[in-house]
Amino acid sequence: MSPASLLQTRGLRKHYPLRGGVLRRAQAWVRAVDDVSFDVKPGETLGIVGESGCGKSTLARLILRLVEPDAGGVWFDGEDVLRVLPGRMKRLRRDMQLVFQDPYASLNPRLTIEDAVAFSLLVHGAGRADARDRARALLGRVGLDPHLYGRRYPHELSGGQRQRVNIARALVLDPKLLVLDEPVSALDKSVQAQVLNLLLELKADRELTYVFISHDLNVIEYVSDRVLVMYLGQVVESGTADALAESPKHPYTQALFAAAPSMDPDRRMERPPIAGDPPNPIDPPSGCRFRTRCAFAMPQCADAVPPPVAVGAGHDVACYLYGAATAVTA
Amino acid sequence: MSVIALPQELSTVAGAPRSYWRTVAWRLARERATLTAGTLLLLIALSAVLAPWIAPHDPSAGAIRLRLAPVGTPSHLLGTDEQGRDMLSRLLWGGRMTLVAGLTPVVVAFLMGTLLGVIAGYTGGLANTLVMRTMDVFYAFPAVLLAIAISGALGPGLPNTLISLSIVFVPRVVRVAESATVQVKGLEYVAAAKASGASVWQILRYHLLANVLGPVLVFASTQVSLSIILAAGLSFLGLGVTPPAAEWGLMLNTLRQSIYVNAVVPALPGLAIFVTSMAFNLVSDGLRDAMEIRA
Repeated sequence: MSPASLLQTRGLRKHYPLRGGVLRRAQAWVRAVDDVSFDVKPGETLGIVGESGCGKSTLARLILRLVEPDAGGVWFDGEDVLRVLPGRMKRLRRDMQLVFQDPYASLNPRLTIEDAVAFSLLVHGAGRADARDRARALLGRVGLDPHLYGRRYPHELSGGQRQRVNIARALVLDPKLLVLDEPVSALDKSVQAQVLNLLLELKADRELTYVFISHDLNVIEYVSDRVLVMYLGQVVESGTADALAESPKHPYTQALFAAAPSMDPDRRMERPPIAGDPPNPIDPPSGCRFRTRCAFAMPQCADAVPPPVAVGAGHDVACYLYGAATAVTA
Repeated sequence: MSVIALPQELSTVAGAPRSYWRTVAWRLARERATLTAGTLLLLIALSAVLAPWIAPHDPSAGAIRLRLAPVGTPSHLLGTDEQGRDMLSRLLWGGRMTLVAGLTPVVVAFLMGTLLGVIAGYTGGLANTLVMRTMDVFYAFPAVLLAIAISGALGPGLPNTLISLSIVFVPRVVRVAESATVQVKGLEYVAAAKASGASVWQILRYHLLANVLGPVLVFASTQVSLSIILAAGLSFLGLGVTPPAAEWGLMLNTLRQSIYVNAVVPALPGLAIFVTSMAFNLVSDGLRDAMEIRA
């Protein structure tokens, strides 16, 4: 795989069985992630945006191999993550870390926050005193005075403070890639801004690469260089953040932008945002999964999943409306 | 007025963070009911341990002429039983048996049940189904019936009582441990530990057990009083401790025909059982409140 990318995924797929009956056979499959491919270059921030339940969190876990995919592959720094030996995997884990969404469930209530941060270092063989010192230094870096907070338990901290601890825990191993799974969704707007700015600072300081997952288009626009729009486990559009904001192509992306609150009255769109809930991922519509809610649905849409089509430099869209352009290999 | 007292107040609210177990101890220390019950338990345990030295008489030496002496008889403070044996001595000695029969099965169940439950909960899949369905078989029987059936099959005697009661309590602990494990396993901090490359053992040790042992311990402590009553019940039925050993349930059984002659003396072992199991219940209630984690 080309070394220009820090992270590559090809055809990632994860279907979860819904078991039932006496024999607990799979009765149906939830298509959480279906055929997702993308590249992340060193130093860039890839935003992944989509509604709840579109497979964003599963994708995050697939990238970090917390969940084994059914098909497809993940390459980190040119290395096939799914086929490395366990010892090498443990080493790889230092380079790719995850920040979780829920600041409450993501910290062990029985560990002080400095122990929570130091734990990863202990796992990788650091001495106790050394691990603690490095954890405390990092807590200071994310804005938590280690003298005041180091020996505290998670329940003594606010949501924003806990999220800072989560970030410190993810950074303590000095990773190259940070996957952020809705890192600010559970926080108040004002705290969101603080945490986002902390993340941007840290990225510049430590030359990090981010995969930033969120359902909040404003947040995604703020932090991302490139954006991937997901719908029901599939990528419907990808491009630079500017290109997507200027001229979203896929009807779903357009609807997302129309639904996002904007401070600028000139940017309001005439088209109504989409109505209703996304279809059940257990039995998604045939062909283009968005067609049931799409204002432009054509008979062709029901036949097959539209392949990604290049509509600009690095701007792909999976929609038959743009079928005339040259098709990119799927 | 109270402004001056504020710094002291602050030290309890925001002061030096303490370890989890010190917090628990601190909370326990301010529960009056728990403290009283705990002190009572300590006294009961102490008197049972010290029985050989503090009992005024030999618990199995009877005096045919002094049968069913009332409470307050000189040299027999709590009277004598139907064979003229000193009740106080027998109650002290009986406490040993009853506490052993009450605590041992719960301790065994706590250890085995936690082990099985955590394994079943953490591995999931077939191992979970296998363990949990087997436990369900035991769970299907009422506790008393199961204890009687197993004791009946094994025969009377203290060791068999302990075995049968352990079998009664293991499935209950397994259930609690399993559900706590499944719940904790799904939390994000376990995923975070995996993401940092922690081994299964490290995850179990630092993240799972630390959060599972608390609830299981609290549950096990609620079972002690039940175990005491079941053990006493088995002795009462002649399936537990055998005469002439002193055990509260057994004493209740042998004294029961004498209730029309002297109503107070036969009630004493029952009272002892009641007070002890009540004290265990109160302590476990206090423990549950004190060990609650504020998330």
